[in-house]
Amino acid sequence: MESSATTVSGGRSALRRSPASRLPDQLLRWGLTGLAGLILLILLYFFIRLIGESGSTFSKFGLSFVFGNDWDTGHEIFHGFPLLFGTLLTSVIALILGVPVAIAAALYLTELCPRRLRGPFSLFVDLLAAVPSVVYGLWGVFVLIPKLLGAEKWFASTFSFIPFVGGGTPTGPNYFIAGLILAIMIVPIVSAIAREVMATVPPEHKEAALALGATRWEMIRMAVLPYARPGITGGAMLGLGRALGETIAVVLVIGNSDSIGSHLFNQGYSLAAVIANEFGEAANDTTHRSALFAAGLVLFVLTLLVNMVARRFISRGQRGRRGTGGTGVTVATGPAGGAQ
Amino acid sequence: MSLTAFAPVSAARRRKDRIMRGVLLTLTLVAFVPLILIVYYLLHKGLTAVTGSGFFTTDPTGSFFGNQGGVRSAILGTLEIVLIASAIAIPIGIGVALYLTEYGRDSRFADAVRYFVDVMTGVPSIVFGLFVYITLVLAGVGGAFAGWKGSIALALLMLPIVVRAAEVVLLLVPAGLREAALALGAPRWRVMLRVVLPTALPGLVTGSLLAIARGMGETAPLLFTVSVAFGATLDPTKQMNTLPVQIYNDISSPNPVLNSRAWGAALTLVAIVLILNLLARLIARGSRMS
Repeated sequence: MESSATTVSGGRSALRRSPASRLPDQLLRWGLTGLAGLILLILLYFFIRLIGESGSTFSKFGLSFVFGNDWDTGHEIFHGFPLLFGTLLTSVIALILGVPVAIAAALYLTELCPRRLRGPFSLFVDLLAAVPSVVYGLWGVFVLIPKLLGAEKWFASTFSFIPFVGGGTPTGPNYFIAGLILAIMIVPIVSAIAREVMATVPPEHKEAALALGATRWEMIRMAVLPYARPGITGGAMLGLGRALGETIAVVLVIGNSDSIGSHLFNQGYSLAAVIANEFGEAANDTTHRSALFAAGLVLFVLTLLVNMVARRFISRGQRGRRGTGGTGVTVATGPAGGAQ
Repeated sequence: MSLTAFAPVSAARRRKDRIMRGVLLTLTLVAFVPLILIVYYLLHKGLTAVTGSGFFTTDPTGSFFGNQGGVRSAILGTLEIVLIASAIAIPIGIGVALYLTEYGRDSRFADAVRYFVDVMTGVPSIVFGLFVYITLVLAGVGGAFAGWKGSIALALLMLPIVVRAAEVVLLLVPAGLREAALALGAPRWRVMLRVVLPTALPGLVTGSLLAIARGMGETAPLLFTVSVAFGATLDPTKQMNTLPVQIYNDISSPNPVLNSRAWGAALTLVAIVLILNLLARLIARGSRMS
């Protein structure tokens, strides 16, 4: 930058700083760069240590740690499929229940809502993300579980012809309750990202649709949704990542039973729940502890993959509209941050 | 030619439009239901506990029968642990954001940092707890469980939130301001310190408050790092009591008095977190207008 400066006597640029005055600049520059690099190194170090600590479990059980169906702490057999199953099932329930609500709320707030109500309504959805997960757990244990048990029994007996979903005897804590709470927890995240993506749909697209005689809904379906689809998909996947890793709310309402529940309304376990629940008893048992670390590693890798794919979707959505000069989609957590 | 050259919207299409609008509105209202229910139950079940004698002024005794005590040490512990976590996460987070906006820009390294910070936001908090547990608690760095280790776990979790929020507001600082200061001969570090950071201050405060609110409600990372205590230990090298962990333990208790204390503590926690959130939004809104 300073290379084009005019030189005065002594051959030194009049505008060039002395080496001494440049020192703080250099220090700051390399200090900040180092700081950024340090974070990457710390993450890498953690990852390596986690692999190291769970290594004995993987060398003993191999792939059956993930796909074997027998979690028996008493006999020190750690085949974690019941955990993985619970994690995946509750997250899928969360997506099925949560994503339509989140997208509908985002569509309503960006396209239909009266301007006056937009602020308070968005705030309301966002504040859901601010509720700590332990409070969701508390509410689940003392309100949802007792209040929903009757409805669950009715549902299970009425729809007993549907495999897995119907039939069986519902227990208080179960997969469904965990999935329902996760759904509530991911709504603000998915909705916030969907809203930001929808806000970047070029107004010309929408106006063109309306000018051609489209109704509001047709405008949403033909102009907004196709344009926002990659971003919405990415947002849903971020929600999935959140649901996969949620711990405290799930450990309180899933029942913590180490065999796979035969029905939707039966008790189960999840990867995160097993760590929180068995951590105390495993503290002095290195085999058990290593198995919990292995569960953590599986969870970490799973969420990492889901998040990476989600980022790809969201950035694909962004690239298309960079030229239109719209605001970039900022994707941190939710707008309010929140539980787990 | 009159306007009727356009075919009027058919009744069927209009009906569909109305139905779909209704569906969207209904689902939006459904999204409000959980928050309303949670706030209702928190007030309904929590207020009696909160207004009980000694709720804020006594520490939990840990006894099952008799006087169980209040939540004083939990509140103090949470505040202290989150304060230490903020002291770590906020300066580092803003520093990294400064690197990204002022130096890194579109360099490959900056992109990598940005990417991993994004990925960090998706790492489950329990995994951060495990990280700190393995590297600090198991390794026995300065004893086993300790408050400051919980702070580090929370700081890891808050860091990406601070970085992303700070980067967004730092990018909003007009390039003209930077260029004007540089043209006046100010070195870069002074430009950052005296021009960029003060201009972005409200946004930085907002991002930091949101990160604090997020850290405050976390339970899982604290279970593995701080563990539990009852008394008011303000020494961060010891086990400490925190609101989320006390709530977690009180939920699992078969004693209804302790369950009730969990509701009271939850009401307290949610009140603090919501106030922080609303404060953050107010500051953000104020700065946008100025």
